[in-house]
Amino acid sequence: MKIKKILITFFSAIAILFSTSVISLAKVVGDKIILGAAISLTGKYSSNGVHTQNGYNMAVDRINSMGGVKVGGKTYKFDIIYYDDESNPKRAAQLAERLISQDGVEFMLGPYSSGLTKAIAPVTEKYGVPMVEANGASRSLFTKGYKYLFAVLAPANLYLDVAIETAVQLNGGKGVRIAQAFEQDAFSQDVRLGILDAAERTGSEIVIDDKLPKELNDMAATLAKVKAVKPDVLVVSGHTKGALTAIRQIAEMKVDVPMLAMTHCDAAKLSKQHGKNSQYALCASQWHKTLTYKDDFFKDGMTYAADFEKEFGYDPPYQSAESSAALLVFKDAFERANSFDQKKVRDALAATNMQTFYGNIKFASGGQNVDKPMVLFQVMCDDAGKCENKVVAPLKWASAELIHPIPKWSER
Amino acid sequence: MDFLVFQVPMLTVQALLDGLLLGILFALIAYGMALQWGVMNIINIAQGDLVILGGYIAYFMYLYGIHPGWGVIVSPIIMYFVGIGIYKLVINKVVDRDLFISILATFGISILFMQLMNFAFGADVVLANSGYGTTMLFENSVTLPNSKIFSAIVSIVFAIGLVVYMKRSKLGRAIRATAQNARAAKILGVDTEKVYAATFGINAALCGVAGALISITFTIHPYMGLPYTIRSFMIVIVAGLGNLPGVALSGMGLGIFEEFADYILGTEFRIGSVFLLLVLILVYRRFKLSRKREYLK
Repeated sequence: MKIKKILITFFSAIAILFSTSVISLAKVVGDKIILGAAISLTGKYSSNGVHTQNGYNMAVDRINSMGGVKVGGKTYKFDIIYYDDESNPKRAAQLAERLISQDGVEFMLGPYSSGLTKAIAPVTEKYGVPMVEANGASRSLFTKGYKYLFAVLAPANLYLDVAIETAVQLNGGKGVRIAQAFEQDAFSQDVRLGILDAAERTGSEIVIDDKLPKELNDMAATLAKVKAVKPDVLVVSGHTKGALTAIRQIAEMKVDVPMLAMTHCDAAKLSKQHGKNSQYALCASQWHKTLTYKDDFFKDGMTYAADFEKEFGYDPPYQSAESSAALLVFKDAFERANSFDQKKVRDALAATNMQTFYGNIKFASGGQNVDKPMVLFQVMCDDAGKCENKVVAPLKWASAELIHPIPKWSER
Repeated sequence: MDFLVFQVPMLTVQALLDGLLLGILFALIAYGMALQWGVMNIINIAQGDLVILGGYIAYFMYLYGIHPGWGVIVSPIIMYFVGIGIYKLVINKVVDRDLFISILATFGISILFMQLMNFAFGADVVLANSGYGTTMLFENSVTLPNSKIFSAIVSIVFAIGLVVYMKRSKLGRAIRATAQNARAAKILGVDTEKVYAATFGINAALCGVAGALISITFTIHPYMGLPYTIRSFMIVIVAGLGNLPGVALSGMGLGIFEEFADYILGTEFRIGSVFLLLVLILVYRRFKLSRKREYLK
């Protein structure tokens, strides 16, 4: 009997909690613009989910403390309702639904990863809720004709485009032989399509084209093939797992390849885990702190990095920087729309043309940012084994000269 | 289809050796699974998660400046007690029930472990560096990471140690007796409860060894356990229950098969081809048994 009583009290408490939370929130309350976001705070994306959230929070604090958002002669401050999507697309879609229909949120920020953004986009589209996202780069997000989705980052197919361009340039404009290994997930396969495009454009030849399983932890077979075929460029994309596995096994198997280009090296903290073995790897990145873009809120990349480090205790990965940029875009759009009407804000977003510390932002009709190139950095280590990421391409932003070809293992 | 592997003879050697070393490591995990499956009639879905937990123990040793190679000693000791703990909390309640209940229970443990590890250690992919270097053969055309050779040797040592222990020690005899007939063993004075706990502990300890080895040869991540469960399940199925030498052979065979499938069919068919092989073997064995008017359990 006692248990029954406790259960009844428990459930009624939950019911009361729910009924109050439904009434109290709406899009703009008092002087607050309330944005909604489902973010992976637990589950397999939790580390990058936290980077995303830190980026959002950092920008909210900064914008609020520097005068907030001015709409219709009144000043508003940003506030964000977060829910934990548990790294689960289904849950993310449910939460988006809840944010919009129960919490009354009228403007959304994106979740972490392409997969989760794909799950949320149909929901925001259905309700006509503008969403600025900073962590979904998959090409398929931008080919569905979404009208309310805006991404501040460059699409996935451009991630390693620069690497192939650079390799061809170094080869005197002639095509190169490319070996590639990509994980079988939406993002990596988009990166692969980008390489195929680049190969066709530059007259390069794909000599190895491996698709790695999702539970990948062994690339020995691929790398043995690379040793036998001797390509000019080896391209690997398989999230953090792929980057770490590739570096470990390339070093162990002494695979000599003139150029090694990868994704997800920023978050992988390659050099931290592998030290000098990761030297010379080229990593595609959305952003690097040494880039010289500027804005009024964070000044530039170096200042952003220093401020971020002071607040959160670590060097900001690009996931945080792009998340901060999303709020700058929202602020700019609200002020230009001078209204909280979703349609007007949407149109203002579509007309965005601005520079932030993270890069230039201008949306194509599909919603992807077309004004910000990817950068490549190369892991460079000193004799003491301390490694740093140096931007080497595109040349306009380079802070160091690309080391090419990578020295052979026997000479290191 | 790609026959690069046959055009470059050294690739064949490389594939054979890679497969062999990989297979031996997988066989060790399967060994534990076969043992407890045979003794307790439990299919442990959490097998892979125990492996990953063992890997984290080695990883944390590495993080605190201890060489992760010592993980193969420390990790099984800790994991043995983790195994006993799991047995006392959950497994002893399902050990006499049918297989389905035990699968559900261990599936639950698996999810719990994944989430707890994610909560405690974070979602980053990690690895421990052994610094063992590389062995080069045939004028550097075949390379074998010493960490893989180390893994294979340690796996073999533990497997042989276990076989000897099973044959010679009192507990080993009790475990074998229980596996043959639990009721009879009980009547003859074997404390089967204790035997079950020890068996589960030994299995967890083997997972601990394998985990430590995986942290220095591959990578670990809280959600990477399931593939190890499936792999060891397959090895046991192919070998047949209660056939420990068979487990070693089928582990190595599958490892080599997988490598060659990777070269010939492509990496994307690597896992799929192993599953296909499993189906073929089951069909073949069923066919063979039906001719003898027996049935496949």
